[in-house]
Amino acid sequence: MATTITKPDTLIGKRIRRKEDPRLITGTATYVDDMKLPGMHHAVVVRSPHGAARIKSINIAPAVAMKGVALVLLGKDVADVAAVPCGASLPGLRVPVHTILATDRVYFVGHPVAVVVATDRYIAQDAAEAVEVEYDVLQAVADPEKALAAGAPAVHPQWPDNTAFTFHQEGGDTEKAFQEADLIVKQRIVSQRLVPSPMETRGVVANWHVAERSCTLHTSTQVPHLVRTLVAQMLGLEENRMRVVAPEVGGGFGCKLNVYAEEALMCYVSMKIGKPVKWIESRRENFLTTIHGRGHVDYYEIAAKKDGTITGIKVKLIQDLGAYHQLLTPAIPTLSVLMLPGLYRTKSICADIVGVFTNCVPTDAYRGAGRPEATHGIERMVDMLAAELKMDPAEIRLKNFVHNDEFPFPTATGLIYDSGDYAAPLNKAMEMVDYTKLRQQQVEARKEGRLMGIGMSAYGEICAFGPSPATPAGGWESATVKVEPSGSVTVMTGVSPHGQGEETTFAQIAADQLGIGLDDVIVLHGDTSIVQYGIGTFGSRATAVGGTALYFALQEIIEKVKKFGCVMLDSEEVTFSGGQCTCNKTGNSVSFKQVAGATYRAMKLPPNTEPGLIATYFWEPPNFTFPFGAHIVVTEIDRETGAIAITRYLAVDDCGNILNPLIVDGQVHGGVAQGLGQALWEQAVYDDNAQLITGEFMDYAMPRAPMMPWIESAHTITPSPVNPLGVKGVGEAGTIGASPAVVNSVVDALSQLGVRHIDMPMTPEKIWKLINASELGKTA
Amino acid sequence: MAESTISLTINGTKYTNAVEPRMLLIHYLREVIGLTGPHIGCETSLCGACTVEVNGKAIKSCSMFAIQCDGASILTIEGLAVDGKLHRMQEAFWNEHGAQCGFCTPGMIMAAKHLLDRNPNPTETEIRHGIEGNLCRCTGYQHIVKAVQAAAAARG
Repeated sequence: MATTITKPDTLIGKRIRRKEDPRLITGTATYVDDMKLPGMHHAVVVRSPHGAARIKSINIAPAVAMKGVALVLLGKDVADVAAVPCGASLPGLRVPVHTILATDRVYFVGHPVAVVVATDRYIAQDAAEAVEVEYDVLQAVADPEKALAAGAPAVHPQWPDNTAFTFHQEGGDTEKAFQEADLIVKQRIVSQRLVPSPMETRGVVANWHVAERSCTLHTSTQVPHLVRTLVAQMLGLEENRMRVVAPEVGGGFGCKLNVYAEEALMCYVSMKIGKPVKWIESRRENFLTTIHGRGHVDYYEIAAKKDGTITGIKVKLIQDLGAYHQLLTPAIPTLSVLMLPGLYRTKSICADIVGVFTNCVPTDAYRGAGRPEATHGIERMVDMLAAELKMDPAEIRLKNFVHNDEFPFPTATGLIYDSGDYAAPLNKAMEMVDYTKLRQQQVEARKEGRLMGIGMSAYGEICAFGPSPATPAGGWESATVKVEPSGSVTVMTGVSPHGQGEETTFAQIAADQLGIGLDDVIVLHGDTSIVQYGIGTFGSRATAVGGTALYFALQEIIEKVKKFGCVMLDSEEVTFSGGQCTCNKTGNSVSFKQVAGATYRAMKLPPNTEPGLIATYFWEPPNFTFPFGAHIVVTEIDRETGAIAITRYLAVDDCGNILNPLIVDGQVHGGVAQGLGQALWEQAVYDDNAQLITGEFMDYAMPRAPMMPWIESAHTITPSPVNPLGVKGVGEAGTIGASPAVVNSVVDALSQLGVRHIDMPMTPEKIWKLINASELGKTA
Repeated sequence: MAESTISLTINGTKYTNAVEPRMLLIHYLREVIGLTGPHIGCETSLCGACTVEVNGKAIKSCSMFAIQCDGASILTIEGLAVDGKLHRMQEAFWNEHGAQCGFCTPGMIMAAKHLLDRNPNPTETEIRHGIEGNLCRCTGYQHIVKAVQAAAAARG
């Protein structure tokens, strides 16, 4: 038996390079499109080129006649597959039947009309182009406000007002707050449609095993277990005959938190041809048919006292839903409502949502999912309020923050904020930029005629989704810890990482708890035949909920190790630390690996204890977590061109305890890039015929390396009391904080021209027009 | 469609195959040769996920036909490590967390390697321009820039 062993340093909080990287940097990872199965066929989907049309006729004969074509299916051929599910429910919600292929009518450009299956992807593409579809084109509507106007074309003829639902939520006494206010500021704020654009598009390999009557579905998803449950239902297949595998997944950002028509369709195709089938979404299809994000037109009102105390917030929120509900479509704007109080003490909130059908691809969860829209609105309104009151934007925020002694803080929207020190990140960011000096520099810059802006945001988040009663499909998460006789450890997590690095951070948690090496642990995920049921990766939940499930599973392992340790050491009481079980009395010890072996050898079992060393834990979170932070952005605007240069970008985030700072910073950077994308460049533009005219990377301005500023990121740490790891979540933080900080900065730069609000994206053209319309522009 | 025969060297190995004239190089590498490291992110030469080296130059293999590579020497991400030893750019991407989902990574590494081949000590601005043909949606590029800086420093 081993005697003295020094406990290794904790692995928590260490900058550890990722365990998943060797396969990624050598090109040996397996994404869906990298799979090749014997006899595999290829599918191409024929899609509507129109926003709204009746299908007059379809002639598949030229396609069927082509050599190598195995199957062509139309809507009428797949009638026994159930509709694409909407997982969200709201009172009075209108849910159009979302068949996996269109039947008599198409509702958006990209709507699937037929599927063509062939032995080769080139043949399948040729054959898809040979399918002749005759349409009777109808009037379409793409703009949600136009869709609400009288006489607008009806997206779904049965609902001529294009309204899918209305939703009202109120907390406190908003009417009184507004009546007693010293001032009220109003603004219409648009949060434009965005295309999530993971670098890997969606893709499916479906494989029907005829003899077993079972199906394996490889799909690029964030939620393999939910896909399994729901696609099995769509197909009428028992759930245990459905296996879903999320292999390497090349990014998701919410758009793969869904169940798509093609997932069920390709399973159905495989059943029909008795062969595996692959469908890989083209980038054009991804733009047209994978969910979009945002799509808000919000009418805000904020009430305040003369001293800057915010007393109430009202919003009328128009959500562009698109033509159908995908998995969570109608639920997303309700998250905006929950987030409306931001970090502020105001107890009066009133929100009215109208969910609007348009002839566009559905909107759904995109990084932040409802919370960036709300934070953008609130942080713009707070800045406008500060401007009206001639207060410094930092001062008005610091004045209204929830106080440190008020946690847990109940909000007007029914949430309980877990913990916070909301002034800390803002103060830290202000110190980092030397805020007072910066404002002086701005005065000097203005004297020189330069347009310099300083903007900030103080954001909160609702993360770690979430308590099950508050979620559509359960908000718990699961983990299994399986210790082999040799002492090596396999973790099986119900979350489904696709870039977030949980193979590393979860190994850190396990290695730390068990006192073993990082390389003694591997983390498996994403295969429903290997991993116990889980919920998946979204809503900044993986570590806070899945990591906590792992933590509790590890505690069960440790308890059992201690029981065996007592037997092996002939001891009443042992301590487990640093990978050693030590008798409290004699100081003798056995290692974790020795105990692991003994649990399987089972020569002598502790009382009421089974052999083996494995534990599964399903953890139900008692609350969400509420990360927060502050961004400060310094901009300089070119008067001649309207181009915006970001000269400083500071992101101070508080995500609770940090397991791996390298990964946390990566999440912040990536989040900021997507927030900057919205603020400055990105927009899904549909024309009046509901044609998507930003349908490729040529037209959709996703940030490239030279467009990004250097991000100075820093942290404050306020542990969450919701979970024993004290973590809050960081996946969406950067995105939520970025857009209002950038817009506030640019508005600040142009405030001397009388500009008080600018809608996103703030293209140079838009800025140039604002400058040119002003006195400065006329004299320039 | 009629096929043509091409002979070329990929990662040091000679191959001869009959291909349709319209077959893209990326499809040839992935489907015929089985090198799935280069990825398809857009098929319109805008994202760079398919970047490989052809005769020493980084190119987007979705915008070239396989038959144009008759006689060429091609290097893909799979050929970058030698005898199991990672190329310093791969090592730098690992150390600096230059990859998140990993889908853009093989193309990004090939573009970054080519950048340092041309310009061994690039400034931050030069690095950003050097990789501007490659889209990444995860990282915000900052850790990629740091990785390229680290690889340049490692070159000494």
